[in-house]
Amino acid sequence: MAQIVDRRLNGKNKSAVNRQKFIRRFRSQIKKAVTDAVNERSVTDLDKGEKVSIPAKDISEPFFHHGNDGYREIIHPGNKEFRQGDKIKRPESAGGGRGKQASDSGEGMDEFVFELTREEFLHFFFEDLELPNLVKTRLATLQETKKVRAGHTSDGIPTNINVIRSLRSAMGRRIALRAPYRNRIEEAEAQLEDLLKRYSETDAVVIELREEIKRLKEKIERIPFIDTFDLRYDNRIDMPKPTTQAVMFCIMDVSGSMGPEEKDMAKRFFMLLYLFLTRTYEKTQVVFISHHTEANEVDEETFFYSRETGGTVVSSALILMKKIIEERFPISEWNIYAAQASDGDNWDNDSIDCKKILSEQIMPYMQYYAYIEITEDRHQNLWHEYSTLKDTWSNFAMQRIATVADIYPVFRKLFEKSKA
Amino acid sequence: MSRKTLSETSEWTFELIEKYHTEIARIASDFGLDTYPVQLEIITAEQMMDAYASVGMPIGYSHWSFGKEFVKNEKRYQKGQMGLAYEIVINSNPCIAYLMEENSMTMQALVIAHAAYGHNSFFKNNYLFTTWTSADSIIDYLLFAKNYIAECEERYGEEQVEAILDSCHALRNFGVDRYKRPSRLSLQEEQARQRDREAYLQSQVNELWRTIPTKEPVYSAADEAVRFPEEPQENILYFIEKNAPFLEPWQREIIRIVRKIAQYFYPQRQTQVMNEGWATFWHYTILHQMYQEGLVTDGFMIEFLQSHTNVVYQPAFDSPYYSGINPYALGFSMMSDIRRICEKPTPEDERWFPEIAGSDWNKTLHFAMHNFKDESFISQFLSPKVIRDLKLFSILDDSNEREIAVTSIHDEDGYRHIRQALSEQYNLGSNEPNIQVYHVDRKGDRSLTLRHTQYHRRFLAQSAEHVLKHVARLWGFDVRLETVAEDGTLQTIMECKL
Repeated sequence: MAQIVDRRLNGKNKSAVNRQKFIRRFRSQIKKAVTDAVNERSVTDLDKGEKVSIPAKDISEPFFHHGNDGYREIIHPGNKEFRQGDKIKRPESAGGGRGKQASDSGEGMDEFVFELTREEFLHFFFEDLELPNLVKTRLATLQETKKVRAGHTSDGIPTNINVIRSLRSAMGRRIALRAPYRNRIEEAEAQLEDLLKRYSETDAVVIELREEIKRLKEKIERIPFIDTFDLRYDNRIDMPKPTTQAVMFCIMDVSGSMGPEEKDMAKRFFMLLYLFLTRTYEKTQVVFISHHTEANEVDEETFFYSRETGGTVVSSALILMKKIIEERFPISEWNIYAAQASDGDNWDNDSIDCKKILSEQIMPYMQYYAYIEITEDRHQNLWHEYSTLKDTWSNFAMQRIATVADIYPVFRKLFEKSKA
Repeated sequence: MSRKTLSETSEWTFELIEKYHTEIARIASDFGLDTYPVQLEIITAEQMMDAYASVGMPIGYSHWSFGKEFVKNEKRYQKGQMGLAYEIVINSNPCIAYLMEENSMTMQALVIAHAAYGHNSFFKNNYLFTTWTSADSIIDYLLFAKNYIAECEERYGEEQVEAILDSCHALRNFGVDRYKRPSRLSLQEEQARQRDREAYLQSQVNELWRTIPTKEPVYSAADEAVRFPEEPQENILYFIEKNAPFLEPWQREIIRIVRKIAQYFYPQRQTQVMNEGWATFWHYTILHQMYQEGLVTDGFMIEFLQSHTNVVYQPAFDSPYYSGINPYALGFSMMSDIRRICEKPTPEDERWFPEIAGSDWNKTLHFAMHNFKDESFISQFLSPKVIRDLKLFSILDDSNEREIAVTSIHDEDGYRHIRQALSEQYNLGSNEPNIQVYHVDRKGDRSLTLRHTQYHRRFLAQSAEHVLKHVARLWGFDVRLETVAEDGTLQTIMECKL
C-alpha cells in the first residue's frame, strides 16, 4: 500500500547552501558588478538588490563534447514541402546541436544574469569596511529590550485586557447566538396573536405557545454577557533596545560656488556613509546642516535639493553643529560622526577660525570626522588649514574627489579596515 | 456501468489522494504493471525548485553548480518563463514520487498514474535499470555521499573539496562503465568498506608507482615494456581513481562518489524516449479506464486531456517553440502505435512487423519495455505510420558542404533510412566523443595520454582544453589528448602541462 508523506513542512531552503557556495565562488565577478552598480546607478536606491551578470564562459562547466565540424544526420519533425535530395541553405547560426536551427529568438547566452538580494548586495558593498575607534560598540553586546505594542492577542494577563475590544467581540457573539431564538420568538408571538383571536388564554395551544416563548427567552437570558472566549488582550513584545547609537552630521556648503554637479557628488558621499552607519549601529540619526554665509539645520529634502546663493562662511556650520551636540546628543550616549563636503571655498579669515573650532571644540567628541573637497582645481584655503589637523587627530580624514567615479574609492579609503 | 465518481471538485485532500491512488493501483495491476511500493510525497513549489537544482536527487551533496542551477531556475520561474514540472520521480525502492501542493486533484491523479506507476514499473523492469542501478540502496548511498563530502569539507577545507568535485564533474560522462555491472551500493557496507578501501587503495597505488623519485627511493624500472593500461580504458574517472599517484584516499572516495552517481543516472540518459513514452502511455490508458468505469467526471477528463495534449505536443521544425524532438511525443506515439499494430494491423504493419501484428498488445509492450533502450527501441519499433504522423525527415549537415541536404522524408523510400538515422541520434555512444585512457608513460614523465577516436570527422569543442586541466589536476602529471581520424592517422595533440 502506498505511503503518503506530507513534506511541505520540511525546510524549503535546501538550496541555500549551494546558493551561498555559488556566490562565494564568483565573488570577484560579483564584487565588480556591485562596484559598477554603486558608481552607476542613483544612490537613492542603493538600498536594494542588484541584478548581477557574469560572463557565461566563466560560469560554464566544461565537459568533452563535439564541436561543429564534421557531418551528422539529424531527424526533424513537421516536414512540409521538402523532397528527398533537396538542398537547403544552411540556416544562420546553425551547426549547433539539434534544434538550434529553428530558434532565432535566442536569449542572450553570453551573460549569466541573476539577482542579488538586498542583503547580499549590501554585504558585498560593505565588505571589509569598518569604522575606526568603535570604542562604544562593546555596549552593543548588552542587549536591552523594551516592550513595544504589537496588536492584540486572545490570551494574556488580566492587566492587559483591552476592554473595548473584549466587549465588542462579546457583543458580536451575543448577537450571533441570539439570532436563531429571536427569530423563533418573533414567529411564535405572531402565531400567538393569531391564536388568541380564536382561542382563550386557558386553551392548551395558547399555554403551550406561551411556554415555548418563555423557554426561548430563558435561553436568550442564558447566553453569557461575556465569555473568556471574548477576551482580547493588548499584546506587547520585546524589542531590542539600541544601546549603541550614532548621529551623523552632514555638513554641506550650498553657496553659489557649489554647482549641481558638486552637490550631487556630495550627496552620494553622504548616502554611502549613511548606509554604512545604519548597518553598523542599531540606531542612526542624521542631522543635516547646510550653510552659506549662515548655517541652518534642515530636512533631507531641503538639504539636497534646495538652491541657495551667496558667499561662504564655513565656521557658521561648525558652531551650529557644536550647539546641536551640546543640546541633543550627550557624548555618553551617542557616537558622533561628521561628514563635511565643500568645494573648499571660504572667506580667507574664516578658515583659520574653522580650524580652531574644530580642534578645540569638536574633534575631542568625534568618533570620526571626514572632509571631502570637491574640486578639480588646486586645493583651496580650507584644505590647507585642515591639513594641519590630520597630524594631531587620527580620527580626522580628508580627501579630494574630482569626478563621480572617484566617490566609491574615496569612501573606501576613508573607512578602510584599520591595519592593526 | 456507472459508479459514483471519486470527487466532483478539483480540490485535493489526503483522503482523496488515497482513494484515487487505490483505484489507480488496482487498474495498474489489472494491466499487469509490476512496480516497487509507492511513496507519495506532497511538496511545495519551492521544494520542487530545490529538487530541480539537485537534478532530482532527493538528497544531494552540496556544490556550487547546484546553486547555479537553482539561481537560474528561480529566476526563470519568477519571471514566469518556466512552469514547474508536474512530477519528479526517484528510481528507488520504495519509489518516491513528488506531488506539488498547488496542483489540482486531476493533476495529482495524472502524476500518480504517470510517475508512481508508469516510471516506477519502467525502473523496476527495464534491463538497463535492473542491471545498472540498485533502487534498494540509492537513498542510503546518496545520504552516505552527502555526509562524506560534508565531512571532507570540514576536514580538508571547502575549497579543496570543491576543486576535486569540479574536476570530477567535468569528467562525469566518462565515469560510467558501459559493459561491466557495477557492484551494489549500500550504506552500511559502504561505510564499513570505505575505511578498508582507503588503506588498501593507497597501498595499491604505491605499488604501481614505486619508481616515483619524490615519493620513494628509486626502484628497478626493468620490466616496464608492457603497455599500461594494457587495454584502453573507457572509464576515465575509474582509471584515475585507481591509478593516479598522488591523490589522497578521501579524494579517491569523492571520485568514486561522482562516478557512482553518474552510473546511477546513466540508464536514464539512454531511455528518455522509452521511459517518458511508457509513463505517458500508461497515464493515458489508466485515466481512460477510470473514466470508463465512471470513477471520474467529464470535467476531470477535459482538464486531464488538456495537459496531456500539452505534454505530447511536438512543434514542427520551423516553429519558434521547436527545440528538437519531444521525447514525450515520440515515445507516446510509438507506444500507442505498438498497441494499434497489435490490435488492428494494416497490411503495411503485416509487412513491417509480422512478429507483433495481431499479438497481445500488453505482452508486446511489456516485452519492448523490458528489453530495449532508446536506440534499439527506435530501430526495432518505429513504424511508417509514426514517421508519417510526425512528418519526420532527415537532414545531412556536412561542414564541408555549403548547403545542407534532405536525405529522406516520410515516404516509402525514406522509412528505413529515417528509422536508422533516428536510432543513431539516440545512440549515446556516437553522440558523445569516444575518449579513452590510452597510455601512461610509466618510465618517462608519467604523463597520461587520452585518445579521442574521431567519428564523422567531428572534432572536440574548445572546452576540451579546460577539461584537460581538470584531468591534469586529478592525475597529478602532464596530460595529453590525441585525436585519431577515421582513416587511422593521428590528427591533433593537445597538451596540458602541469
